[in-house]
This record gives sequence, structure tokens and C-alpha cells, in this order.
Amino acid sequence: MEPTKTTGTEYFHRVVDCQWACPAHTDVPEYIRLIAQGRFSDAYMLNRGSNVFPGILGRVCDRPCEPACRRGRVEDKAVAICRLKRVASDNRDDITDRLPTAPEKKNGKRVALVGAGCASLAVVNDLMPLGYECVIHEALDKPGGLMWTNIPSFRLPASILEEEMNYIIDMGADLRLNSPVNSLKELLDEGYDAVFVGTGAPKGKNLQIPGRDDSDRIHVGIQWLESVAFDHVDSIGENVLIIGVGNTAMDCCRTSLRLGAKDVKVMARKPRNFFKASDWELEDAEEERVEIVVNHSPKEFVIENGKLVGMNFEKMEYDIDDNGRIIEQRVVGEKFFPADDVVLAIGQDNAFPWVERDIGIEFDQWEVPVVDESTFESTLPGVFFGGDAAFGPKNIIWAVEHGHQAAISIHKYCQGQDMKQRLPRGVTLQSAKMGMHEWSYSNDFDPSARRLMPSVDLAERFNKLNIEVELGFTAEQAAQEVERCLNCDLQTVFFADLCIECDACIDICPVDCLTIAENAPEEELKKNLKSPFLNEDQPLYVSAPLKQTGRAMIKDENLCVHCGLCAERCPTAAWDMQKSKVEIPYAIDEMAQDEARCLEDRKAG
Amino acid sequence: MTYIAKPKIVHEGLARNALGYTIRDYEGGMSTLCAGCGHDSVTAAIVQAFFELDIPPHSVGKMSGIGCSSKTPAYFLAASHGFNSVHGRMPSIATGASAANRGLHLLGVSGDGDSLSIGLGQFAHAIRRNLNMTYVLENNGVYGLTKGQFSASADVGTKAKKGEVNEQQPIDSVQMAMAQGGTFVARSFSGDKEQLVPLLKAAFKHDGFALVDVLSPCVTFNDHESSTKSYAYTRQFFHRAIHLDYIPPAKEIKAAYDEGDVMPVELHDGSRILLRKVSKEYSVNNRGAALDYIRTHQRRGEIVTGLLYIDESEPDMHGINQTTAKPLSELPFDALCPGSDALADLQNRFR
Ligand SMILES: Cc1cc2nc3c(=O)[nH]c(=O)nc-3n(C[C@H](O)[C@H](O)[C@H](O)COP(=O)(O)OP(=O)(O)OC[C@H]3O[C@@H](n4cnc5c(N)ncnc54)[C@H](O)[C@@H]3O)c2cc1C
Ligand SMILES: Cc1ncc(C[n+]2csc(CCOP(=O)(O)OP(=O)(O)O)c2C)c(N)n1
Ligand code: SF4
Ligand code: SF4
Ligand code: SF4
Ligand SMILES: [Mg+2]
Repeated sequence: MEPTKTTGTEYFHRVVDCQWACPAHTDVPEYIRLIAQGRFSDAYMLNRGSNVFPGILGRVCDRPCEPACRRGRVEDKAVAICRLKRVASDNRDDITDRLPTAPEKKNGKRVALVGAGCASLAVVNDLMPLGYECVIHEALDKPGGLMWTNIPSFRLPASILEEEMNYIIDMGADLRLNSPVNSLKELLDEGYDAVFVGTGAPKGKNLQIPGRDDSDRIHVGIQWLESVAFDHVDSIGENVLIIGVGNTAMDCCRTSLRLGAKDVKVMARKPRNFFKASDWELEDAEEERVEIVVNHSPKEFVIENGKLVGMNFEKMEYDIDDNGRIIEQRVVGEKFFPADDVVLAIGQDNAFPWVERDIGIEFDQWEVPVVDESTFESTLPGVFFGGDAAFGPKNIIWAVEHGHQAAISIHKYCQGQDMKQRLPRGVTLQSAKMGMHEWSYSNDFDPSARRLMPSVDLAERFNKLNIEVELGFTAEQAAQEVERCLNCDLQTVFFADLCIECDACIDICPVDCLTIAENAPEEELKKNLKSPFLNEDQPLYVSAPLKQTGRAMIKDENLCVHCGLCAERCPTAAWDMQKSKVEIPYAIDEMAQDEARCLEDRKAG
Repeated sequence: MTYIAKPKIVHEGLARNALGYTIRDYEGGMSTLCAGCGHDSVTAAIVQAFFELDIPPHSVGKMSGIGCSSKTPAYFLAASHGFNSVHGRMPSIATGASAANRGLHLLGVSGDGDSLSIGLGQFAHAIRRNLNMTYVLENNGVYGLTKGQFSASADVGTKAKKGEVNEQQPIDSVQMAMAQGGTFVARSFSGDKEQLVPLLKAAFKHDGFALVDVLSPCVTFNDHESSTKSYAYTRQFFHRAIHLDYIPPAKEIKAAYDEGDVMPVELHDGSRILLRKVSKEYSVNNRGAALDYIRTHQRRGEIVTGLLYIDESEPDMHGINQTTAKPLSELPFDALCPGSDALADLQNRFR
């Protein structure tokens, strides 16, 4: 195998599994260390820099980082990355004077944003400090999009949502509520320098089976949750069936319980490992005694005397192959379930009735606009899409990342620069060695299990719709949980020319991830490792030839716990633990670069 | 020396042996030796060999004297018995332990100072007795623990860290054991586990005294350029005479070997070792020829390694003394101590 190139940004970034998996590349290990030091405000600000809404995301983020977390490969549970974010948010001091501000003097460019969801707000967050004038057009009478209309307040309290949205809006954004945009063409005619479309995927999927149109007790999930958020709906029948088993279904069943339902069943067509909902959302629902019924496919609504009485389902059976894929399915019976109300939670679609099809914006066969994946520009120059509106429903953290990238594009577009010429990411490394046995991080492996989130009593939490269920970690829990982080950003950096092949590092490594062996083609190397190669998604590091024997140092990144014992045991400092920092450029960095260039030009001229 | 403990992490790739133990169950306390010390690698090889042999840790007696090397039994097999003796006196303690409990797997770890300077007499007699033990001599040419004075194994002309030259003849444990009638004599290198681990396994299974002299560089006091016991020097002059594969009892020999090149040796418990000559002229059961070979190569500055001599036919200490098959420690009290009448009888025989 060729010796591994670690000079680019990718190698070391990938090692930080959580940060690599986070769409916005939040510097997780660093904020966890800041929390460990009690620097909650710093941890909050570090988070805010990349994910904009730490208080919100610390409660409801989809947390792609946690399934990726290294700790979950070393033992069964990942670090509670998300809930630690909430710790930073809950315990921060007043940080208002550390927030970005907009300059008095504007740069003369006006940007329109359609929709005041998290995607648009992220764009505004990045553009206001650069001097852009941001005009947000929102159809509803409150900003926040699905964060407020659909994510129930028992998961995300309104006060948290408002506070973090206001940090952005208060920079001086021109927020126009109750202002639906009914024609993109008309908006364009108003002469904005750029337009960002962050209107989400607002159409709940329907289930057109017999009886669907014969009752008003059949609801479309996202519209129904919105009506609850607006207080238009404040009760529901005793028996409720939720159709679908994604995250929306979880919010619908738990909301039903708070509106008076006594028996709530979530009806799934397939077996459990095909569920779309995250494990933790399922756990939370089941803890509230929601029953999840598998292998039942909806057949028809049963209406008696004009009143919904329940539904008939086909009982399904599946043949599943070794890879867990369904190869055969058949109907093996039928069953009736009584219901007073049914909520359909089977997905969302995009809908752009207000975007004229003749103004240069191309749509694909699913009626989704064609959007560039790196610039977020549509086929009409100056019109950008982001969040759920761009590539279909995702989640908040993706919407935020889209916002950051779109902001860079809008800035470059407005300044007449090439949008594709963006600042590259960077990685900096700095030795963490402080002395013989001293490292600038807590390298002692803590074997504790993941802390359990304390929550409000079952009986009490149903009393009101907006009682936040999770209480947040106690100080003791937080102090323990931070120690579970393996500090994946403390990289093992190898200097082949220093190694004397004494084997000390090989012998000490607690997870046997190091090997010194003859270099060979990749497949063969993988067979010769000290511990078997088990994870194809994780890279192998292969060093340059070692001085004494010409063999190579090989590291399987999969299980390294970043304990630093290799570096501590190495007599020649051939291994060093170095703190890596991934530099992610934002719109403001692009502007700083412009200014630096300007200054140089002036000096030169 | 490391302050934080090596964490015990049971990961997916961690294998279990026939007893259900992982290799981690064969480890001991954290080493306090210098980072990069060859002795730590020998420790790792011992851990691996015991793990792979499925030996229950509590059936092992770890014996040692004084020195960095002699400290290492604290770093492996935490769940076994052990005795750390006065400098150079481990063989007599081991003799006592073996006499009392022949069922114990005795493993001695010593150094070139402990065995060849202060303990030379003890060492020679242990060989003479054919004491049933594995004797690992971690050879670094210096007294590591007392800061790097030359030991009796230092070669003529080798320089100490500060430049002083050794002019006295070295004592070579391997040649001595060979001359003394040793029944299992091997030499290896801490930096070559591929060779060392099977050697250690065969040594544990040998009935009688098994010497494994391991070149084990002292990174702190004897790893400089003009040293003949450094990592770089050892690697350069390392000469593999014999390669050894250890085959446990009842296991099929799978690898294909060329007829004539391989010599199988059956050990007492039914396991076998397969010796593969790397060097054609070498003869592993001809004491005289083997000694010659080692000497010739030594004159050229080469270090001959591998299993250098083996003889499975000689009786060990218990065989020579015709002791009971059952360990003394397991005999009932009245058999062990037949009473004053029996003593009087015995005494009468000598009157
Ligand atoms: C029930 C449910 C629960 C969810 N839970 C989570 C969760 O726990 N964690 C998570 O990360 N994600 C969750 N999501 C997904 C997440 O809410 C969305 O991915 C995210 O809100 C998308 O943000 P956005 O800014 O793209 O769009 P949206 O949040 O949908 O905002 C779009 C905004 O545009 C406005 N708008 C639309 N059309 C017009 C128009 N023509 N003119 C003016 N304004 C307009 C809308 O009123 C709305 O305010 C959930 C989604 C649902 C449905
Ligand atoms: C009776 C006695 N004499 C001298 C010493 C001092 N002493 C301690 S260790 C040692 C030499 C150890 O050398 P070696 O066996 O080669 O071990 P190494 O440290 O090199 O592994 C000496 C002379 C002692 N502890 N006891
Ligand atoms: S252990 Fe810490 S740094 Fe590593 S992936 Fe998990 S949270 Fe991230
Ligand atoms: S830091 Fe070094 S010793 Fe620790 S797990 Fe990683 S490679 Fe092994
Ligand atoms: S401890 Fe250092 S010198 Fe020894 S093998 Fe490892 S990297 Fe090389
Ligand atoms: Mg020594």
C-alpha cells in the first residue's frame, strides 16, 4: 500500500468521527472539553459558530454524530453528544455581547428570503454581519418553520426557540410575518440582489384508501401538529391510530397522549429494523406506553353511520435475506383496529405552487427544483434554495449547513465572484505534549456507561402539552459524561524516521490497533494486522518504510481510543499526540479574505 | 514509564482462548520500565505465549531475582504465583518451589547481571539439575537498574554510553548452557515476536531446564551507536539458524513443508515442534557441532538465533531424584510426614 497522505484535510478530519458525520462539522470533542472545564459559554459559542442553534439542537437534533461516535464502537453506547450540547446551552452565562452584530453601514446589497425556517435564519445569521440587508417573507404569524409548528413544545420549549431565533433577527433583519410569497416572479421584480428559498417541504403525504374522504377525523400529521401548535386543536378521541413509523409519527402519538387519548397505537407496515424513526424517539414513545404494532398494512377506513370507527389492516409476512433485505412479502390475514381518530404520518413532499415554471427555474420529475449541491444555486442565477426546499425533507442541522453554504454563494454572487472558487477547509495540528506524562487533554479512559437522561414523571408530563419531558443532565451526570468522550481530535501523528521498531507502542495499545509489518497490497495487509480488520468504513494508516527493517507502521483507525499510550511509551517520540482543528470557512471568512486581498492590492498599487 | 493505566477494553476484535480468557487476562500491572525497553516486549511475548497455550494463569509460578528484567513478572500474569528473590538467587528459590510443587509451571525471568554476574553459580547449577522451568534471560549487556554498568555479557570493544570501553571477555549464557549439558537452549530478540513467541511456547512445554536468552536492548543505557546490544546492531547481525513452529497436541500439521528440511520433535505432552533450518549446515541435536557453529558465527560478529539445541531424553530434577509423581504439596499430611517412628527407622539405617 502507498504510505498514507495525511497532509490534506481529509485524513485527520475523518478520524474525528462525530465532527465528520455532523453536516455542519461541529467541533464536538472541543466543546465537550470546554464543558469539562466548566467553560459553558465558550462551549456554547463554539457550537453556535457551526450549528447556529445549540439550545434547540441540544434538545431535538437528529444527531447523525452519535451513531458515528467512536465510543459506540468501543462499547455499545455513544457519547451523549447532543445532550451535552444542551448542558452548554443551559449553563451558559449571558452571551449577548459575544453574538455577531450587523455593521451600521450596509454594503448596499438586498437579499430576500422566502420562509423563516431554520435554513433561512442560518443564511441571515451569516449575511447580516457582512452588511447585507435581509428581508424575510414568512407566510405564518411566527418565524421558526417546522421547529415551531411541528416539533412539539414538550420536546422543544418555545422560550428556547424564540431566544435563539431572536439572536439572529435582532441583528436587524427585516422580518415580514403573514406575508406569503405567492409569486416568485413578482418577488424577483422587486429588485433584490439575490433570493434564498427556504420554504421547506410543506405537503404531508396522503393515504388514498377506501373511506379516506368520508370522515373529518382522519388527519394529515404535519398539518395536524401545526393546528395543535396554533391551539386550533386541543383534544382528540380516546383511541388513536398513527399510520407510519417515522419521527413525525412519534411526535403525533406523543402529542395525542397529551390531548386526551387513552390508547395510542403506531401502525407499522414492516418489522422493526425497517423503521425510519430514530431509536431514541422510539424509546421515548414506548416509555410513554405507546404501542407499536408491526407488519400491518392499512387497507381501509371503516365508517359506520358516517362516523369513523376504526381501520382494517392486512397482516403481512416477509421473507428477509441475510443482508436484511425483504425478498418476499405476502398477506396472511386481516385485522380490525378501533379508532376515534387516525393520524397519517407517512412522509412529506415539496410543493412550489408559487414558483412560476417559465422563469428559468428547472424542476426534476418529482417537482423538486434542480439545485447545485455545492453552491445551492438553482438554474436561475441569483436564486438559491436550501433546507428541506432544496433536496427534500431532512433535518435542522442539514438546513443550517445548507444555510452556511448558500450564504457563501450569495456573498460571492453579490460581489461578482466565482461561486465555485470557495475557501478550502484546513486542518491545523499542534502537539499536546506538556511533559513526560502530561498531555493537554484528559487521556485516561473512563469506562463509565452512558448517563441516562432524567425526565419528568409519566403521570405529570401529560398534564399539559408544553411540559418539557427531558430535564437535562445534572452537574454530576455532565461531569461524568464528558469523560466518556475519547478526544478523537487528539490525533496520533507518526514520524517514520524516528521509529526504532522497539514494539513498545504495539505492546501497550489497549485495543491492538497498531502493527509493524512488511508493507503489502491492501488486502494482504488487512490480513496481517494484530487485531482483525473489522470495519471497512475506517481507514488504515500506513507509514513510510521504517529505518531499521524497511517494514511499515500500520494503524487501523477503527478502535483507537486516543489514550496516547503509544506516544507516552515511544522512546523516540515517533508517535505524538497532536490536537487537530478543522477550519471550516464561512461567509465572513470569505469577506475577510476579500479585505486582505484589497489591502494587498492597495499596498502594491 | 507510564502514569495512566492501560485501560481494559473488551473490543470486538479481542479473541478468547480455550479457557474463555482474553489476552488481557494474561497481563499484569503497568510497566514502570523506560519507554521502549526490550524487556516490555518480552513481557508482551510471554503474555501472548501463555494466552495461546491456554495455560490457566494461576498454575504458573513467576520467579525472578533483581534487575529491570527481574521486575517484569509484575507486568504479566497478575493472577499467578510469584517470588522475587535476592539478586542472583532465583534458581535456588525456583528449585525449592519445584521440589514442593512439581505441578507448577515455573517461569523464571532474569537478566544478564542477575544470571551471569552475581548469580552465575546458581545459574550453572540450575542447568546441571535440569530443573523443570523456563528460564528467560533478558540480555542487554548492562546492569540496567543500577544505571548501565557493563554486565558479564558485554562484548569486548563495546562502549558504554559515556564512552568507556569494555575489555573483559563476555560470558555467553547460551554457550555455557550448551557446555553444561542444558537440554533446551535458545536465543532470540525482543524485537522479533514471530520467532520469540513459538520459542517460548516450546520452552514451556519442554520437560527440564529451558533457557531462552533474549537480546533485549536497554534503550536508556545501551542503545547508542557503539553498543553491540542495541536495536540497530542486533537487527544488523541477527542470524536466524533455525525457525521453529509450535504445534499443540492433537492439532493437524497444516502448512506444507519440504521433506528433509523439516525436523519434527515430539514433546512430552504430545505437542510437537517443527524445526526448519534456515542454515543448511546447522545441527540442532549435535551439541558439539552446534557449539562450533555458534562460535564460528560469533567470531564474525553474528548473533545466531532460534532453537539452538534440544534433547528431550534427559530426565529432569524430579526424574533424577525419583520423586513421587504427585506434587509434594498435594500429598496427604501423613504421607508427607510419616512420623517420628519412620524418622527413627531412617536414622537407624545410617548408624
Ligand atoms: C413532525 C416533525 C418533527 C421533526 N422533528 C425534528 C427533530 O426533532 N429534529 C430535526 O432536526 N428535525 C426535525 N424535523 C425536520 C425539520 O423540522 C426540518 O427538516 C426543518 O425544519 C427544515 O427547515 P427549513 O428551514 O428548510 O423549512 P421549514 O422549517 O419547513 O420552514 C419553512 C418556512 O417557510 C414558510 N413558507 C413556506 N412557503 C412559503 C411561502 N410561499 N411564502 C412565505 N413563507 C413560506 C413556512 O411557513 C415555514 O415557516 C421534524 C419534522 C417534522 C415534520
Ligand atoms: C546483592 C546485591 N548486589 C548488588 C545489587 C545492585 N544491583 C541491582 S540490579 C543489579 C544488576 C542487574 O542487572 P541485570 O540483571 O542485567 O538486569 P537489568 O536491569 O539489566 O535488566 C545490581 C548489580 C543488589 N540489588 N543486590
Ligand atoms: S468519542 Fe468524542 S470525539 Fe470521538 S466520536 Fe465520540 S464524541 Fe466525537
Ligand atoms: S492512542 Fe495509541 S495506544 Fe491509544 S488506542 Fe490509539 S493507537 Fe492505541
Ligand atoms: S514505540 Fe516508538 S520507536 Fe518503538 S516501535 Fe513504536 S513508534 Fe517505533
Ligand atoms: Mg542487564
